[in-house]
Amino acid sequence: MTNGRNRAALLMLLGIVAALGFMLSLAIGSAPLGIARVAGALTGANDPIARAIVLDLRMPRAILGLAVGAMLGLAGAAMQGYLRNPLAEPSTLGATNGAALGAVIALYFGLAELHPAMLPLLAILGAMVALALLFVLAGAAESALTLILAGIAISTLAGAAISLALNLSANPFAAMEIMSWLLGSLEDRSFRHVILALPCIAIGLVLLSWNGRALDALTLGEDGAKALGINLGRTRLRLLAGVAIGVGGAVAVSGAIGFVGLIVPHLVRPLTDRSPSAILLPSALGGAALLTLADVLVRVMPTSTELKLGVVTAFLGVPVFLVHLMRERRLW
Amino acid sequence: MVIRVEQLSVRLGKRTVVDAIDAEFTGGALVGIVGPNGAGKSSLVRALLGLIPAEGRIEIDGVALSAIPREQIARRIAYLPQGQTLHWPLSVARLVALGRLPHLGPFSKLTNGDRAAVARAMAAADVTDLAPRIVTELSGGERARVLIARALAVEAPTLIVDEPLASLDPAHQLQVMELLRAEADRGALVIAVQHDLGLAGRFCDRVLVLNHGALMADGVPAMVLTPRQLEDTYGICAWVGEAEGTRMIVPLHRSR
Repeated sequence: MTNGRNRAALLMLLGIVAALGFMLSLAIGSAPLGIARVAGALTGANDPIARAIVLDLRMPRAILGLAVGAMLGLAGAAMQGYLRNPLAEPSTLGATNGAALGAVIALYFGLAELHPAMLPLLAILGAMVALALLFVLAGAAESALTLILAGIAISTLAGAAISLALNLSANPFAAMEIMSWLLGSLEDRSFRHVILALPCIAIGLVLLSWNGRALDALTLGEDGAKALGINLGRTRLRLLAGVAIGVGGAVAVSGAIGFVGLIVPHLVRPLTDRSPSAILLPSALGGAALLTLADVLVRVMPTSTELKLGVVTAFLGVPVFLVHLMRERRLW
Repeated sequence: MVIRVEQLSVRLGKRTVVDAIDAEFTGGALVGIVGPNGAGKSSLVRALLGLIPAEGRIEIDGVALSAIPREQIARRIAYLPQGQTLHWPLSVARLVALGRLPHLGPFSKLTNGDRAAVARAMAAADVTDLAPRIVTELSGGERARVLIARALAVEAPTLIVDEPLASLDPAHQLQVMELLRAEADRGALVIAVQHDLGLAGRFCDRVLVLNHGALMADGVPAMVLTPRQLEDTYGICAWVGEAEGTRMIVPLHRSR
């Protein structure tokens, strides 16, 4: 089947780009190390400085770039399929803002200084609380509109609480810390962050990639999907738990990085048969590739302070929207 | 296959939209369900599929519907909802293949058997040529036939279609009725909610007339689709007669 071959080619291409992003992420940074020294550090040469830089500083950042990017890309693809809305993204149902609020609470009340795991744990908890609230607000209804409305309510509430924290923050340093965390970054992450985030992201990836069949069936609407034998209640539980745990874990270590979950599915969709199941895996690989490459970009940009990753992804999001707009207007 | 309903009622809020219906459907028959807008036709078939909560008893081959897992119902009853919306711009071939979902495992791909079923369904609905086209870019008539092919691809012993003739030209209306007729002749149970009384009278073995949620009449078309019944149900004066050996029903004017 040509279809199968096209898909294999697409997955391989995206995998190669992601691997390239990973290697560049190891090779490029503020300390100029030659390729030979980087390779030496990876293969165990006796070069303690290069080893410290490559393995302790750059490696966790590169791993997190892949994992967080994959999580955001997959979550975006799954949300768009589930809500049957090309504008849906991981944050649509409130998980991202819930996680951000958890982290802001940790920073605002100084809990983050008690233990390094405090901030990520509160962020994951925030995402879970947001999704639990979503279940309560949306009720048993399986309608996409009800979920989106409930998600917007929760997202807005969490956003307002974050603004309140910034507003009331007596300590300008805490406010600065909150702001810079909200911009999203992978700077100065250690293996501690990797250990915290990876299990959550792994669970999230599994739960979300489970739903290809259900998402395809939902192309025919809720009645159509049920008549094809899909248990929508279980599908919803898997998806929302996957987003809460996975995106919660990702946001917990990277901060709120927007737009990856929104634009990656749009970038890969034209390269597939456009069915919701067909974009799941490519979106995960594409997200991993995009985020690692964007994270390399922030390091090579000649700015006085390093650019935040969330800022770069937000700028990348704009042209994607413009292309969509032009397609809708049939100018492209 | 036998579907039996006993005292079936559906309530939406405080409104009773299907009111204590008793009926039995067996394979090898094309059954038409007619009635005015809002008579409860769609609610009746959605209840038969277990898509909405209903009171009373629904049995498939003697087993209560509620005791049959969703996936099994999906393999035994194919359903084409009324006014089907399509949420993604899939190709026609990809959309029709969705009909095979009830037969696949969680990750399994289409087998050659599944592909053959998709090809048969597309040939039967006369959409083979449309295979590479994008469903959201089809004409209304093409789209309607593709959706029928999607339902046929399930190859279930029962086919429930809700207004399959909407937006079809006369030639394709006839084609779809012939198709449903052929399915019934092959032994399938076909239940079609429809508005065209003339076509229902000509092609169906049996017609159910619904009004205000209640079953007003149930029997062979000649007994059910009478001027008297049509006046009671629709409030229309209709001419019922024969021309060229075919039973004809022509609505003339409203009677009240």
